[in-house]
Amino acid sequence: MTTGKPNDWSAFPDAQGRFGDYGGRYVPETLMPLVLELEKAYAAADADPAFHGELDGFLKHYVGRPNPLYFAERLTAHIGGAKIYFKREELNHTGAHKINNCMGQILLAMRMGKTRIIAETGAGQHGVASATVCARFGLPCVVYMGAVDVERQKPNVFRMNLLGAEVRPVTSGAGTLKDAMNEAMRDWVTNVEDTYYMIGTAAGPHPYPAMVRDFQSVIGKEIRAQILEAEGRLPDALVACVGGGSNAIGTFHPFLADEGVKIFGVEASGHGLETDKHAASLTGGKPGVLHGNKTYLLQDDDGQILDAHSISAGLDYPGIGPEHSWLHDVGRAKYLTCTDDEALAAFQLCAELEGIIPALESAHAIAKLPEVAKEVGKDGIVVMTLSGRGDKDVNTVATALGMTI
Amino acid sequence: MTANRLTTRFAALAAEDRAAFVAYIMAGDPGIEASFDILAKLPAAGADIIELGMPFSDPMAEGPTIQRAAQRSLAAKTKMADVLAMVARFRQQDDATPIVLMGYLNPVLFHGYEAFAAAAAKAGVDGMIIVDCPPEEADPLADALDAVGVSLIRLAAPTTDDARLPAVVRRTSGFVYYVSVAGVTGVKEAVAASVAQPVQRLRAASGLPVAVGFGIRTPERAAEVARLADGVVVGSALVDEIEGALNDGANENVTERVLSKASELAKAVRLARVRDA
Repeated sequence: MTTGKPNDWSAFPDAQGRFGDYGGRYVPETLMPLVLELEKAYAAADADPAFHGELDGFLKHYVGRPNPLYFAERLTAHIGGAKIYFKREELNHTGAHKINNCMGQILLAMRMGKTRIIAETGAGQHGVASATVCARFGLPCVVYMGAVDVERQKPNVFRMNLLGAEVRPVTSGAGTLKDAMNEAMRDWVTNVEDTYYMIGTAAGPHPYPAMVRDFQSVIGKEIRAQILEAEGRLPDALVACVGGGSNAIGTFHPFLADEGVKIFGVEASGHGLETDKHAASLTGGKPGVLHGNKTYLLQDDDGQILDAHSISAGLDYPGIGPEHSWLHDVGRAKYLTCTDDEALAAFQLCAELEGIIPALESAHAIAKLPEVAKEVGKDGIVVMTLSGRGDKDVNTVATALGMTI
Repeated sequence: MTANRLTTRFAALAAEDRAAFVAYIMAGDPGIEASFDILAKLPAAGADIIELGMPFSDPMAEGPTIQRAAQRSLAAKTKMADVLAMVARFRQQDDATPIVLMGYLNPVLFHGYEAFAAAAAKAGVDGMIIVDCPPEEADPLADALDAVGVSLIRLAAPTTDDARLPAVVRRTSGFVYYVSVAGVTGVKEAVAASVAQPVQRLRAASGLPVAVGFGIRTPERAAEVARLADGVVVGSALVDEIEGALNDGANENVTERVLSKASELAKAVRLARVRDA
């Protein structure tokens, strides 16, 4: 167990894939050699300037990076505290940060000679991003999606089909994201020769949490350069929503060593932490093992995993990436919670004041801006990652507000 | 390690020149009492060793049959304490048939390795197979099990290469479980010929008996594998009988149907090498 603060944040995970006590490689033996092979292949790619050159090219010309760091002037005035900037991940191709990771992983998969891609998806954002890069590079793609989510997110299912992916509805368990992830693991264990598993968040067995973090760290690196250009100094605080936590860790990681930068993650507390309908694994869960890593999980009094709830399908997961569990324990990051109702209000506020319809996931981070702005004071600077656009959520929001479209 | 029931049973079977028939059922499927009834009668039906599944909400290495068994068990409110209580109750009538718990790490971790290992040993458990705990992560659990004399039984797979073998057989005892197909339980069928070489390799590396499972459903296949390995594990084919009986609305016949299938498989394993000779 790591209890004190580490001296060098970039030294984690260790050789066993651990962030303190979290992370690791809890997979069946059949997958273990594959996970080790992936670790080697990723280390080799990461050390190869040609790999980064290729990735940077696609991020610039296909994804549309760098995206802007935008001063949210009217929201700043409305809140009446620190200056608030948005990192505009919603302007990426496919409308969210997910593609940063998919682009990195597909280039790696091809380098490894893999010929078939599988992915899991909840709301469909990672599924769409996976299907997109598979279409771009001509690889077959199978996306596992909970049967309940398939019903809730029909437009995204259609999008994936348009992009040539096969969407397989998962009926086991509750038919949501964690069941889709179980089913993707079962596919991987069955098709070990040719298949690459494209995990959508900074979780799963090592090296996924570190690898996905690295691919998403383009967010934080750009923020750093852009805020220095705009303000001539680093921000006082960073804010991002946390489900599995990939946009958040990508935002936070390049700033971990900057002790003056406060870090805030926002978990979804659904109907409220006091109910059994939330998705706040750090605030309301306990450490355990699921989907290949040790991390905070929502679980019952016998170690069975509970179903999460959030109005935002992208945060509707009972676990969280292991690096967040560690940052939470050592106190480098602080994790706040936001209810469905608070997120809905922030969703509308952002649309009205800034002319930006945010994803419901990102609305959780927006909802906590007043709290963070207050903490850093009037002269402070806060950067929030707007992880995705909200077009996908308009039906959900309309229903929640009692309207019909 | 001192001889436990597993060592004793495998030695006795080796002396008879036959493989062990290892029967798997899920504890609490379709209910705690109903599954205890099956458990209690499995030795008489020919089970040499029993693998008792611990239900988990997210069984990522199981095919549909065992997934549904876990869901039925959890719906019947089976707790980890109930699984151990079933073993303790079984031990009142049978002190010779080894029982191996099979499941996933989180519920064990939740109760604490030391506490769970001690409770398992006290109940009369002989070994544990934890599917999502590869050797790289197993030391804390192995320490806890070693301290109470319960075997940690390791899985080896078709993807396990020579470089990994030493790690896989380190700190394992009782037997080694060879997963005969790359896949989930009960879906792909094992090919007996492809099992022979890995079994020999594992025996040589571990010095332990090797049981084979994951793709064995029929008496014919069980007999083929029994000629090559020290144990034959059948799970999904038995659990299918439970589901079949429930679907037919024949609740009272659940035990009978499972035991009848178990007898058929046990007989095939028992006679495999006799016919060979």
